[in-house]
Amino acid sequence: MTAMNPQFPFPAVSLCQPGGVKQVAQSLIQPKVTVSQLTVHYRMVQALQNVSLTIQPGRLTGIIGPNGAGKSTMLKAMLGLVPVMQGDVIYGDHPLADQLDRVAYVPQRSQIDWTYPATVWDVVMMGRVRKAGWFRRFSNVSRQVALSALDRVGMSEFRDRPIGQLSGGQQQRVFLARALAEEADIFCLDEPLTGIDQKTETVIFDILRELAQAEKTVIVVNHDLGEAITHFDDLILLNRELIACGDRQSVLRPENMHKGYGGMVNFFSTMAA
Amino acid sequence: MLQLLLEPLQYDFMQRSLIVAVLVGILCAVVGSYLMVQRLALLGDAISHSVMPGLAIAFAIEANIFIGAFIAGVLSTLLIALIHTRSPIKEDTAMGIVFSAFFALGITLITVIQKTNKVDLNHFLFGNILGVSWSDVISTVVIAAIVVVIIVLIFKELQFYTFDPVGAQAAGLPVNLLNFGLMILIALTIVASLKVVGVILVLALLVTPGATAYLLVTRLHWMMILGALLSVISSVSGMYLSYYFNLPSGPAVVLVSASFFTVAFLFSPQHGLLTHPQSGSALTPLWREVKGLLPWQRSRR
Repeated sequence: MTAMNPQFPFPAVSLCQPGGVKQVAQSLIQPKVTVSQLTVHYRMVQALQNVSLTIQPGRLTGIIGPNGAGKSTMLKAMLGLVPVMQGDVIYGDHPLADQLDRVAYVPQRSQIDWTYPATVWDVVMMGRVRKAGWFRRFSNVSRQVALSALDRVGMSEFRDRPIGQLSGGQQQRVFLARALAEEADIFCLDEPLTGIDQKTETVIFDILRELAQAEKTVIVVNHDLGEAITHFDDLILLNRELIACGDRQSVLRPENMHKGYGGMVNFFSTMAA
Repeated sequence: MLQLLLEPLQYDFMQRSLIVAVLVGILCAVVGSYLMVQRLALLGDAISHSVMPGLAIAFAIEANIFIGAFIAGVLSTLLIALIHTRSPIKEDTAMGIVFSAFFALGITLITVIQKTNKVDLNHFLFGNILGVSWSDVISTVVIAAIVVVIIVLIFKELQFYTFDPVGAQAAGLPVNLLNFGLMILIALTIVASLKVVGVILVLALLVTPGATAYLLVTRLHWMMILGALLSVISSVSGMYLSYYFNLPSGPAVVLVSASFFTVAFLFSPQHGLLTHPQSGSALTPLWREVKGLLPWQRSRR
């Protein structure tokens, strides 16, 4: 397991929302995400069929499944980023898609044009655009938050570096810093472990673990079934429909993995034990 | 030397055209940077060709040609979006279909009205900057002010959206509105530029200064500022060249702008062809493959 850092990443900023003590008390009982009957079609192809589940705050939740199983689609559909045929995603009392200011989303690295003329700092500050509000400049608080987020992922010395000159792992850490700067309650990461170095993986799981300990909801789409999977508390196994969900041990049972991956991962049954 | 610079300014038409050229230069460099970073250079070309029928109709019914062109430009972007969201046709193909159809319609309409009204198709195609009136200058000032103020006001939102549209949407930004707003800004810019360079060469003003700046700086707002500066220099020197050597004004501006790009392409500290020779060997693999096809090379194997 990852070495855990007992300190919460940004006590000063993350818990000090306007509203003081009451707000803090509230944020300790975070609501869960309830997905019911979620169905998504891409043109003629069915991407997800009737997925119903709940995602608990305070736990690291991984979405796994074979290529084309609809993992990223599931994440995007939950946030209303792709058209949904039917189904609801509720957080607290309202649809999650109406509360995107409480969500921090990290897209797949391959979706991004890394030749875009921006520095590390520009990208992290994007995490403060919503908080800053329309027609306004970034406040000093926003700068502070962005700085400490950058510091937390170990990238502050790269502040002025163009994003195109970073390694894959560094790019991923910059995106994680952007997500942290959003001071969200729900963190959604789409394949953050693809093509990164060991150091970045450690940093990512350290931070995700801290977020979970602070009762945040953390959802990670994870492509490979390597050792990294042991970091997750709960798993959601998809293959165009929900195969299994719940705590890691129960999802990784051989019969589930057979159903999800079609017998391609026999060797994997040893892992479940 | 000073005499050389001041001489053209004694003419009223040169004053007007210089003002318009400078304003349009700034506007195009700033707005064109968005086209470039979104890989939408073709969209700039599409909108500029698509304004033709709007120009023609506005001319025929004696309405404001800026408004006619603007409506046609926005209509074309909506049509392109409709085709590519509601059918499996890709965006670039949709652009090709829509803009060539609009352009053809525009040419047809202008040819028809040419007989009754005294209009010159060439002025639409290549601009007629020496013919701008003071009211054209005022229209350009108003459009430039509106566009620049809007961009300054929503710069951070547009930067987020153009860099990472899905991330921006997930952060709760109204991305469809931002996209539509950007299209409107682009259409306004193109409409304001038509007098200077015409339909065919607008694209050069939109992408060349931004691309030149992109080779030299690393942040979007620097790219816009440096691009605007280069654009102003190109516009002014293009106008003077056209005055002294009797060259067509629009093409002269575009050629100066293109030579700036050439210099940056060759000597940029980060990306230059000559300053970084190892990255300039794009032709070598092609040459190797061609050599591999030659008969005496094959028989040797």
